[in-house]
Amino acid sequence: MKEIKCECGHVNPIGTVLCESCGRALTSKAQEEKLHDMRYEGSARRSQTYNKSIIDKVWNFFSSVKVGVWLIVITLIASAVGTILPQEQYIPSALPPEQYYEEVYGFFGKLYYTLGFHDLYSSWWYLLLIASIGISLVICSLDRVIPLHRALKTQRVSRHESFLKRQRVYGVTETTNIDDNLDTIKKKLRAKKYKIREEDGNILAEKNRFSRWGPYVNHVGLIIFLIGGMLRFVPGMYIDETVWIREGEKKAVPGTKDEYYIENKNFTLENYDAEDKEVFQQTIKNAGTIAKNYQSDVVLYKESGNTLPGENAELKMEKEDSIKVNHPLKFENFAVYQTSYKLDEFKSMSFTFDNKESEKTFGEFTVDLFDPKHKYDFGDGYSVELMGYYPNFTGFDEKGEPVSDKPIPDNPAFLFKMFSPEKPEGEISFVGIRKNLEPLGENEYKLSFAGVETRDVSALTVHKDLTLWIIALGGAIFMIGVVQGAYWHHRRIWFRRSGAGSLIAAGHTNKGWFGLKNELKGILEGTDIEMPEDQQEKEEVRRNKDDSDIDG
Amino acid sequence: MNKKKRRLLIRSIILILLISAVVYTLYANFTKDERGQIQAGDKAPDFVLTDMEGKKHKLSEYEGQGVFLNFWGTWCKPCEKEMPYMNNQYKQFKDQGVQVLAVNVSESEFLVNRFVSKHNLEFPIVIDKNGEVLNAYGVDPLPTTFLINPDGEVVKVITGTMTEEDIKEHMESITP
Repeated sequence: MKEIKCECGHVNPIGTVLCESCGRALTSKAQEEKLHDMRYEGSARRSQTYNKSIIDKVWNFFSSVKVGVWLIVITLIASAVGTILPQEQYIPSALPPEQYYEEVYGFFGKLYYTLGFHDLYSSWWYLLLIASIGISLVICSLDRVIPLHRALKTQRVSRHESFLKRQRVYGVTETTNIDDNLDTIKKKLRAKKYKIREEDGNILAEKNRFSRWGPYVNHVGLIIFLIGGMLRFVPGMYIDETVWIREGEKKAVPGTKDEYYIENKNFTLENYDAEDKEVFQQTIKNAGTIAKNYQSDVVLYKESGNTLPGENAELKMEKEDSIKVNHPLKFENFAVYQTSYKLDEFKSMSFTFDNKESEKTFGEFTVDLFDPKHKYDFGDGYSVELMGYYPNFTGFDEKGEPVSDKPIPDNPAFLFKMFSPEKPEGEISFVGIRKNLEPLGENEYKLSFAGVETRDVSALTVHKDLTLWIIALGGAIFMIGVVQGAYWHHRRIWFRRSGAGSLIAAGHTNKGWFGLKNELKGILEGTDIEMPEDQQEKEEVRRNKDDSDIDG
Repeated sequence: MNKKKRRLLIRSIILILLISAVVYTLYANFTKDERGQIQAGDKAPDFVLTDMEGKKHKLSEYEGQGVFLNFWGTWCKPCEKEMPYMNNQYKQFKDQGVQVLAVNVSESEFLVNRFVSKHNLEFPIVIDKNGEVLNAYGVDPLPTTFLINPDGEVVKVITGTMTEEDIKEHMESITP
């Protein structure tokens, strides 16, 4: 493990291709090159020789750009495959996902589910791929930016002739008056905002070196972006939950530890109708009903003092607001959005107590579906007793008992006992929507449906995202890196005296060779120094000529 | 320190940092469904609820006794199935320092009362009107039972229906 000492005396790290100081080729491969590969200044970008420990092996694996590119390609393919079937959150909830994918899509669906494509962003191997890209970004960047920075910092003004010769823009001019020419050139270089360094009468003019850091700034932005994404997993940083609130109900806001409560005063759904502007009428005719507004009028309360769950909290009104699309209720770091709704959920039902024959009414009563009473008394010996309540009646079980499968009154049914002076022991009536049964024989009295009260239910999404600014910062730094690397070019021009009366002029840029040559042309104008040639272009022209000769 | 050793150290530190970030993310991703749910080993969140007779039950007041905390609903068939078993075992264990609390999930008093008299339940039944206790424990699905030891710590969380034998064993496990 020895460092490489160049003929010029500079000691280079192992793996260096071109001497950091004078530019001499240090490997036989580089010596044979016609033009040097200048991407990383010929610096030692990876110490492959240090391959002893497991740490070095892991490091070198991630240091490879080839590995990085493959990781990105695999992630792209996986992301694409993830769009073939719908993701878990978009499938109907009637079937559990493990059954849904197999039943609807067959074997492919089962495979899709087993491999975790149904919830791609949460499957461990996908996260691992993204994480590997992150690691690869960090290590690739570190392994390149540090040697590159070192090489650019230690570069000497007087580069070795062999180095200059292998630059793309290169030329030698025989002239007797080098000093005067160089004076003019220096003036012009300064006018073009080049930084000039001199050594032994040789010149290195350089500008926009910072453009070389563009890709690394870009990577820093990406890594900050990934960290932002990662922080969403930290409790308290990110909340995205939905809560259903009926009109008149008050519920704790999820994620606030019961500190905040929201009351739903009123939900409104407005549609476009005939009174709206004429321009809408054609569309209404074509499309039918079109929603104009979804709105929940809410009140936000804050709990004062600490109460235990279940204890009646003392609530202080914080604010009243109307939540509409694009107009969330905002407080602290939370935003509450209108997400969905359910119209006309049953709230209460009214009945009249009638004699079947005379059709005379002896009383009217209302059953609150969320808090039904046991007995409804009308005096004079007339009363009704509620014996059973089935909020969502689905049928009778094997014992003949009515069954309800959920507590929400979507299809309420009741078992009543009706008392009257004629029937003091009571008559049984089973009443539901479009149902009026007399399970124990013909009755003298009946309960008639007299009305229903409904209310709407709003679904509100509670959103909190403390990672947003980190993600935005990452994105901004990413763009700064792109601009830095794309809109500025790192240009260097060397002038070196070679023997008596001859001057080497060479140039290098990381991109935009036409611009460099143009600038150089302007700088050399009015001097004896000849415009250097573009060796790569010359080579191409020569090769093309050879080809056409063969064809001819 | 020589160069080689320093490089190894720096590389190790960077890799450890990166890998621990990845491991944390994976761990957080796997446990995100359970986040907000009370697990075995956690302290049982305190609450106050009123039973059908109007008596207040505060969990922390049962410290020193085992608490068999059951969440249920009248429409839930598996809940209904285990209720008589719980009632039988309650009679056996109530004098041995095991309290049963059955928390109904925001239903009306009428439904709960009917259910209680249908099954002749003797242990205290409380109604969690606003679902706050349900949220505090992160209960999903019904029935879910938390076994709380005399120190107020959750020993076990059981989701789904239990046999009478199970219930007996569970109550034994939290007997002071």
